[in-house]
Amino acid sequence: MTAVAEIMDYDELLERFDPVLGLEVHVELSTATKMFCGCATDFGAEPNTQVCPVCLGMPGALPVVNGTAVESAIRIGLALNCRVAEWCRFARKNYFYPDMPKNFQTSQYDEPIVFDGYLDVVLDDGETFRVEIERAHMEEDTGKSMHVGGAAGRIHGAEHTLMDYNRAGVPLIEIVTKPIVGAGERAPEVARAYVTALRDLLRSMRVSDVRMDQGSLRCDANVSLSPKGSAEFGTRTETKNVNSLRSVERAVRYEMRRHAGVLTAGGTIVQETRHFDESTASTSAGRPKETAEDYRYFPEPDLVPIAPSNEWIEQLRETLPELPWERRKRVQQDWQLSDEELRDLVNAGALDLVAATVDAGASPAEARSWWVAYLSQQANTQGVELEALAITPEQVARVIELVSEGKLTHKLARQVVDGVLAGKGDPDEVVATEGIEVVSDDSALQAAVDEALAAQPDVADKIRGGKVQAAGAVVGAVMKATQGQADAKRVRELVLAACGQ
Amino acid sequence: MTSTASGGGPSDGRTDTAALTGLTAAELAAKLAAGEVSSVEVTRAYLDRIAAVEPAVHAFLHVDEEGALAAARRADEDRAAGRASSELAGVPLALKDVLTTSDMPTTCGSKMLEGWTPPYDATVTRRLREAGVVLLGKTNMDEFAMGSSTENSAYGPTRNPWDTERIPGGSGGGSSAALAAFEAPLAIGTDTGGSIRQPGAVTGTVGVKPTYGGVSRHGLVAFSSSLDQAGPCGRTVLDAALLHEVIAGHDPLDSTSVDAPVPQVVAAAREGAAGDLRGVRVGVVRELGGEGYQEGVQRSFRAAVDQLTALGAEVVEVSCPHFDYGLGAYYLIAPSECSSNLARFDAMRYGLRVGDDGSRSAEEVMSLTREAGFGPEVKRRIMLGTYALSSGYYDAYYGQAQKVRTLITRDFTAAFEQVDVLVSPTTPTTAFRIGERVENPMEMYLADLCTIPSNLAGNASMSVPSGLSDEDGLPVGLQIMAPPMADDRLYRVGAAYEAARDAAQGGALIDRVPQLEVA
Repeated sequence: MTAVAEIMDYDELLERFDPVLGLEVHVELSTATKMFCGCATDFGAEPNTQVCPVCLGMPGALPVVNGTAVESAIRIGLALNCRVAEWCRFARKNYFYPDMPKNFQTSQYDEPIVFDGYLDVVLDDGETFRVEIERAHMEEDTGKSMHVGGAAGRIHGAEHTLMDYNRAGVPLIEIVTKPIVGAGERAPEVARAYVTALRDLLRSMRVSDVRMDQGSLRCDANVSLSPKGSAEFGTRTETKNVNSLRSVERAVRYEMRRHAGVLTAGGTIVQETRHFDESTASTSAGRPKETAEDYRYFPEPDLVPIAPSNEWIEQLRETLPELPWERRKRVQQDWQLSDEELRDLVNAGALDLVAATVDAGASPAEARSWWVAYLSQQANTQGVELEALAITPEQVARVIELVSEGKLTHKLARQVVDGVLAGKGDPDEVVATEGIEVVSDDSALQAAVDEALAAQPDVADKIRGGKVQAAGAVVGAVMKATQGQADAKRVRELVLAACGQ
Repeated sequence: MTSTASGGGPSDGRTDTAALTGLTAAELAAKLAAGEVSSVEVTRAYLDRIAAVEPAVHAFLHVDEEGALAAARRADEDRAAGRASSELAGVPLALKDVLTTSDMPTTCGSKMLEGWTPPYDATVTRRLREAGVVLLGKTNMDEFAMGSSTENSAYGPTRNPWDTERIPGGSGGGSSAALAAFEAPLAIGTDTGGSIRQPGAVTGTVGVKPTYGGVSRHGLVAFSSSLDQAGPCGRTVLDAALLHEVIAGHDPLDSTSVDAPVPQVVAAAREGAAGDLRGVRVGVVRELGGEGYQEGVQRSFRAAVDQLTALGAEVVEVSCPHFDYGLGAYYLIAPSECSSNLARFDAMRYGLRVGDDGSRSAEEVMSLTREAGFGPEVKRRIMLGTYALSSGYYDAYYGQAQKVRTLITRDFTAAFEQVDVLVSPTTPTTAFRIGERVENPMEMYLADLCTIPSNLAGNASMSVPSGLSDEDGLPVGLQIMAPPMADDRLYRVGAAYEAARDAAQGGALIDRVPQLEVA
């Protein structure tokens, strides 16, 4: 009997154990058609409308490889500094499950298309950690099961299950790291940084939507602990259902602490799949792994081997876009950023957004300021990723333009941004409908200025006496009276003029 | 009331029906082209013949009278409008029930797919329709093409028209029996280990397994993907050639389909019929003969070889030492692939569903359905294959079998450096009695001893009748093997031999089929 062990304090576990990670990332390619048939791959379509005899596994149907998916796999391999196989095959992974129409998954086994690479990952403090890549291979996705009647959509307790095969056969690339050792206390951070870097890379290559929330990027985190100083790996667990970057970090941290608790209490880690629960930031046991499963892999006889020529590989290499780390270097130069500024920009997940805002006409400094400061705060408050905010780089650029034209003050600009975020339309629409504008009509302002001077006669006297810096108090009063809509510069001029200065 | 009627050949009956059904496909095609007969008349004659002899033969699982007559009318209209789709437009055909048809059930001889009509046509089916060929119906077969006697059909065995107490071969016994019983002039079979050629041999008909990849497998319900090949069946070599050219050719829907021109098999058959084989080198495979082969089969084979010599061929003996291991390798590779291919029959999306009473899990329903839906031979092979692919056994079984496969392919390559074609008996014995080997799978498997090497190597292979065994009066087949994509050589040698055989034996062998009891 294994007693329920306490999870261990993080600092304590680090004194006793070294963590070893292995990350398996599944990426759904954004090809127009599926891996082995011509069906569409649009996300969110009516269930079972993007299916055909091939992806439904009908008797007699045969797969035909999607050439674009193969190209994407090779390009991903090249970007990850991998070697490309001279010759490789697909293999069948045999197991029964209703979401898999053929009851085997067409995948790759011991002959992956690319292998032996690495990805340099920048951590929060700017330090670089090299994650070595074991392999990346091609496979097809499964359909989706919707368990009805049970708790939280899980199969346990469900009354029945509905199947949607739209996703069945969507091209997947599975990217597997070598064991990540030596990360120590930073292991959870390395895990998150790796998935982040991979996501940014794949997005820059336009091969996938890389949306963790929609499942187009999925991460399984393998965690094991070795006794401090031991070279031998402990038993690992594989945590699934890790649906955000933050969850990657939290899941790894939790499993490290759980393993440490079990091991310290004299228990053994069961090699199994764990299910991550976002709400409790903890994992629970899934199905036992490997020992029970025998996938009976064998080469897929319905497909012919793939033998990419050097010529083809070089052509594909030329199609690689500027990769994120190259881009960061360039941006730092172009925008004249310090290492720290660049890091903040990257950590905020704002690089692409700022670049797009600059492309839309804003200055790099203004664009950076908006995204890293005010908009990051808003994202935090809403609990969403920066890019998920309901404002586009073009809209931000327009706000910046309105400010530089003097049509908005900084304060008003925030009101306009808030309006856009609240779904009230484009900046110009918000300005129009909310009546937000800088009051620069002198007659309207003059009355407010006269009123303010009358209310503070001693200050007015000081100004008249040549103490122009005292004007600030009057300007402040006018701004308050006009609810910030006045152009402060013009108010100041009027105040000074009224006092004969 | 029953009476006896002719085999359907021109030598008996002399009714219009018999006159039409006794013609070869090439002869029918000529009469259709000349306007001497309509496709509707021909189709009607075959439907009548089917109705008359099916109770005795049971070659068909489904006869589509309405669809066949409609297709015949279209063929006649097209011809009248001067746009016959092909040389075989309007000629009827029987299709093995393992190829999908969008307008007829496709059961593969299994309870698992009883009543299932596929949502699409196989490429072979589509090409037949486009050629104006009239589909009479779907023929009986061993369940999922696993067997050598058609006794493994869930819908009852087919009987051999030469002796209805005997098996018509398998798995494509329905297609070959339909030809021998004059229920169709042409048929399609599929051959994984001999399922076209062995039925051809024991029914006195011609069957060809084209080069692997020569005919699309799209819509061919897979037994063993790396071995399965659809091919033509006919009563003559020329008929098979005409059909071969209709169904063969590259198909982008089948990745293993060969992207190369179809060998000129019709021209080869016509050339061969002239009877000159000078300059053709023929190799007799030493390993395929001798002990374990029926005496009458061996005598028929030797006579056939003498005839080839007489036609001018240079005959030599060649050795293919690894053929001895073919059967063993086959019974690891084919079951391994089948264990995976047949996994999809799980009651979830189509076909049989057993035990779904609301109380059982999907896994339980899958198990109950597979238990009820598959016959014993299919289960045996699924289990064999599952075992052979299992972790810890893969290298010793599946891996080793693939090495043997490579060695057999090399034997063929070496042999074809010396000779143009190889020959052997198609099967070691003539048709055995129904029930005789049911209890002994190993004995049953031996029926494919000679045919299996060509499947493992993927080369082209034909069975052409070599006459009747002198001891039991049953048909014997001569197997001719050619290198990949040299299918034309089969037809040249086969047609030359066929013409010489008929001359020597006093007429077409098929016309000596005994009379069948008719309903």
